[in-house]
Amino acid sequence: MKELLSLVNGPQTFGAGRTFWSIAGLLLLAALVFPFFASNYTVGNVAYFAVWIFMALGLSLIWGYGGMLSFGQTAFFGLAGYGYGVIAINFGQQSNLTLVALLLALVVAGLLALLIGYFMIYGRITGVFVGIVTLSLTLTLATFVNQTAGAEWRIGRARLNGYNGMTRIPPLSIPWVDGKLYFEGTAFYFLVLALLVLTYLGLRILVNSRFGNVLVAIRENPDRAELLGYDIRRYQLIAFVIGSTLAGLSGALYTAWGQFIAPASMALPAAAMPIIWVAVGGRKDLTATLIGTFLVLWLFQSLIVVSQQYALIFIGALLLVTILFTPGGYLVWLFEHWQRLVERRRERTAVTTAPAPVGSAAE
Amino acid sequence: MLQTISYLYQVADVFAFLVLAAAGLAIIFGMMGIINMAHGEFIAVGAYVTTYSYQAGAPLIVGMLLGAVVAGLFGVVIERTIVRRFYHRPIDSLVATWGISLMMTQGALLLFGSGAPGVGTPFGSVAFAGGSFSVYRLVLVVVAVLMLAGLYLVFMKTRFGVHARATMQNAAMARSLGVPVDRIYAATFGLGAALAGLAGGLYAPTMTLSPMIGSSFVIEAFVTVVAGGADVLVGTPPAAIALAVIKATATAFWGQVYGVMGLLVAVCLVVRILPEGFTGWMTRRRA
Repeated sequence: MKELLSLVNGPQTFGAGRTFWSIAGLLLLAALVFPFFASNYTVGNVAYFAVWIFMALGLSLIWGYGGMLSFGQTAFFGLAGYGYGVIAINFGQQSNLTLVALLLALVVAGLLALLIGYFMIYGRITGVFVGIVTLSLTLTLATFVNQTAGAEWRIGRARLNGYNGMTRIPPLSIPWVDGKLYFEGTAFYFLVLALLVLTYLGLRILVNSRFGNVLVAIRENPDRAELLGYDIRRYQLIAFVIGSTLAGLSGALYTAWGQFIAPASMALPAAAMPIIWVAVGGRKDLTATLIGTFLVLWLFQSLIVVSQQYALIFIGALLLVTILFTPGGYLVWLFEHWQRLVERRRERTAVTTAPAPVGSAAE
Repeated sequence: MLQTISYLYQVADVFAFLVLAAAGLAIIFGMMGIINMAHGEFIAVGAYVTTYSYQAGAPLIVGMLLGAVVAGLFGVVIERTIVRRFYHRPIDSLVATWGISLMMTQGALLLFGSGAPGVGTPFGSVAFAGGSFSVYRLVLVVVAVLMLAGLYLVFMKTRFGVHARATMQNAAMARSLGVPVDRIYAATFGLGAALAGLAGGLYAPTMTLSPMIGSSFVIEAFVTVVAGGADVLVGTPPAAIALAVIKATATAFWGQVYGVMGLLVAVCLVVRILPEGFTGWMTRRRA
């Protein structure tokens, strides 16, 4: 247990103490029992929010930890979504294994990320240019799919359907004792929850490992990291591929959830959304990204019922205000203040009682 | 014969579009190292002002100039209130101008709705060597070249140009020599926004007006700036020529969408071969 904790805890993430993990455990417990008390609609809705969080966590890795601002995560989202749709429509019925379609879709998204990432990172595109190249990528893909309305645009039995999007995509399923187990409704919710826990813990291990430390060193000062002997472009490429594959996971899950995918998911303003979720919560911390994304999505959905335009204006203003006043994100700002508060209190008790315990678990 | 002429016409047409779409973005990037994500929205401002003043009875050219002026003033306001806080953190400026872009597009949707009255393309077309070519598009090519010439004069022959180039090279040194750097920044941002507005006005007669009109410019503008590099005079024209040839060729062979995809592939290759884009290439050859 202690070794496990030392893997997920480290200098690159907030929250390491008993309090943090107790709260996290309670939240997980609440998430586990919640479907038994909530309506089907609410469960589906929460699953829908959770689907996007993978893309946000991936962007946090690329942008927050790796220092590369990618505006085009929706390209991988859309590609994996369409990939899942095409494979599931063609082979899902016979093999009963649309879960394989999901995995293949991730491979497709990962390969595109490898290709684009290679040209971008080894082409020494840095700073703001990463943003423009990736944005051009997602907008180009959206433009391309938009014009595939004709009947000649089909892959096997899957019609791309252009602007209107691909429909009638089978949901996730695996063979089961009595035929097939469909991941729909509550089952889908539990699948996404399990994947989310795995992804979150996996990324925590990754960023607190040697790899993560080097990645952060590259973010802070690429030249210095390179002079210290690290192959910085390899680290950046790996981070880019992992993060983009996570965007692909969001895309494939989203397509399986709604049994539908359209090119609008790669165009503006969809491409802006991941930036907003990650920036508002705090891009440099996985926990802040996770919670922040959930909160922003929830807020956005409550607003969009009233008016789409006002909701987007509000989100734009939220982004602007965040970047102006708390560039690191609200939750990170909050975490930092909380940490300082705890430390100050500990110092005070240390002065009044015994010598400070060395190496006690930091909060 | 007709094919050759029609191909050259295509190249010139794309060249004009790339130059006009990218100039404003390139100037702002070259001076302050900031990519203005609200570039498309400044284009939309120009297009809207042009269309509405034309509808109100103003001559088209007056409408276009008015569009440029309004977009420019808008740019100065945005620079003074928001963008200037981001000069020391360029990546955040990307995100901030993105927020502005989102608010402007959706605000325009609320104000004007998604449709708008159109402006007919003036001048009609000319028949030559058995083909028919739009005169207005040829005029746009001339305007693009004139604009580049005008920018050359502004940056090389005026006091503002000298100050601007000094600031571009070394802002701290320029400031200590008495150049009003803050004002240069505001003026440059305004100039970039005005050129974006001008592009919107110039292309308003050829497109359907909507708050999203800017998004039909941004890919081309971004790609041109990435390929061109930091200097609008040295980098943008050769980048626009190269990309125009690629896009016109891909469009002629496979269609419009492949033209855009060809641009993306081309820009990936350009940056892989030429770091700092055509600006780096040109300056290295000159040195």
